[in-house]
Amino acid sequence: MAVRVQQKDFDIGGEIAALTAGRTDVGAVVSFTGRVRDNGGQLAGLTLEHYPGMTEAELARIEAEARERWPLKACLIVHRVGELAPGDNIVAVVTASEHRRAAFEAADFLMDYLKTRAPFWKKEVSPGGEAAWVEGRESDDAAARRWD
Amino acid sequence: MPDVSSKQMKLLYFAWVRERVGCGAEDVELPQEVATVSDVVGWLKGRGPGFAEAFARPELVRAAVDKVHVKPAASIDGAREIAFFPPVTGG
Repeated sequence: MAVRVQQKDFDIGGEIAALTAGRTDVGAVVSFTGRVRDNGGQLAGLTLEHYPGMTEAELARIEAEARERWPLKACLIVHRVGELAPGDNIVAVVTASEHRRAAFEAADFLMDYLKTRAPFWKKEVSPGGEAAWVEGRESDDAAARRWD
Repeated sequence: MPDVSSKQMKLLYFAWVRERVGCGAEDVELPQEVATVSDVVGWLKGRGPGFAEAFARPELVRAAVDKVHVKPAASIDGAREIAFFPPVTGG
């Protein structure tokens, strides 16, 4: 029902509370939070670039596809852009359904599709100040193909 | 005589494609014979060293027409905006 692209941080507890407030038909809520990890001290920070307009449209298409596949009562995707540091939140996916299976599977699907379709690009900076674009991973493509 | 031999288009570049090309967005007039996304890439490669470098390995560059992912063979007929970018790495 909602996709958001923003610079500011999100509070996953607050997002879940807002998504389920007043609802008595939701029996299962699954949330995923993606964070910046430092790769054992190899990463000082990263910059997330995106394609304004297409990002929101693509996330909405991905969400619509999840809703066609699973009987979701509510759904939320939040993705941050801009400068992020190790430990910072990057992405949140929250799914709500009557029963747990739909919520688990839909959250997994949303992340796989988001990672291979939503137009975001990460540029990593090492502790020495060297910047490099992250390359797309075949393992992410393979994960997304599981849902074909 | 009105110019019917060109198509006006907005081109967008992201991530390392943007850095190599040297700009994030531009308005261009494409020759009439440029009919597909792949044709646009071929045309762009001849526009200078930055473009040649960005599109040296076209299989590494993805495209979207009017904010929808497309394959290289996709038609650009009626398109207003074409974007070129590396494989996405969000999440």
